Amino acid sequence: MANFVRKGKGGLPAVSTASLPDIIFMLLFFFMVTTVMRETSINVKIHVPGATEIKKLEKKSLVSFIYIGQPKNSSKYGTEPRIQLNDSYAKVTDIRDYITSEREKMDEKERPFMTTSLKVDEDTRMGIVTDVKQALRKSSALKINYSTRKVDDVY
Amino acid sequence: MAKRNNVEVNAASMADIAFLLLIFFLVTTTMDIDTGLSRKLPPMPDNQDQVDDQNEIKERNVFVVLIDQQDRLMVEGRQMDIRGLREKAKEFIANPENRENLPEKIEKDIPFFGKVMVSKGIISLQNDNGTSYGMYIKVQNELAAAYNELRDDLALTKFGRKFDNLNEEQGKAIRKVYPQVISEAEPKNIGG
Repeated sequence: MANFVRKGKGGLPAVSTASLPDIIFMLLFFFMVTTVMRETSINVKIHVPGATEIKKLEKKSLVSFIYIGQPKNSSKYGTEPRIQLNDSYAKVTDIRDYITSEREKMDEKERPFMTTSLKVDEDTRMGIVTDVKQALRKSSALKINYSTRKVDDVY
Repeated sequence: MAKRNNVEVNAASMADIAFLLLIFFLVTTTMDIDTGLSRKLPPMPDNQDQVDDQNEIKERNVFVVLIDQQDRLMVEGRQMDIRGLREKAKEFIANPENRENLPEKIEKDIPFFGKVMVSKGIISLQNDNGTSYGMYIKVQNELAAAYNELRDDLALTKFGRKFDNLNEEQGKAIRKVYPQVISEAEPKNIGG
């Protein structure tokens, strides 16, 4: 039998916490890689409608967004629903330029898969949405996605 | 200079700093995955001549859904509640009894299925400028649900799995049996 000789006094040695920062940094990098920075601040009130038959939007880099809703600062901009592209309010006629510039940002190979996501408030009237859709058709951005929440029952 | 002993730096606060950074990123970033209903818009007609060939589609092959500015629904000429739309659309798409007033079918050769009678039905959705977007999405959702339920039924009987879990070839075949044709009319005011 081997003899184990205890050196020094009993009691636990202090656990080294030197590796703790490394673990936390690992977490940090994980979150930095998996998340997307909020690019645009949304200036319109949007509460998207719910739906049950939803699909996920695959690649974020292929998606450009169009927001439609009442301005948040209604004392300054009124309550009429507005279109927001990038960071500012826009008119229907601006959509064509917006789509062209978004398309130019992409790789040539990826351009046919470009999707436009319409984030529209529930209470908006269809008139403005139809105008936007017509503008998208004119600029041949035909793949669209109506942004919705997942709900169990729409009624 | 005097030679110093290597003093170990206390690294305990390092973790706190890293935590602070971590929390900052957690707050400023968004994790939400975007979900929605995907649709394809029809290309803009090049000239006005092409508009006319819509008239050649027979009346029995078209399922007309109208939404007026008070969000009321009219399906095939009759006012209807949104709850009944799904069943009605399914009946139209599948036409299981081959009835005269429901769409015609045409024989097609489809992998896995052989010769199948595929419906020529088209769902035509028209809305008013005053329709609310919420109602429009509800109707789009019901129509999509009608297709998805039929596809799921077929996938379960044929492959024993739901439509979403099929592989690409099988999914393609099912899509050919029940092609999703939702046509949206050129915008106009339908009043109401």
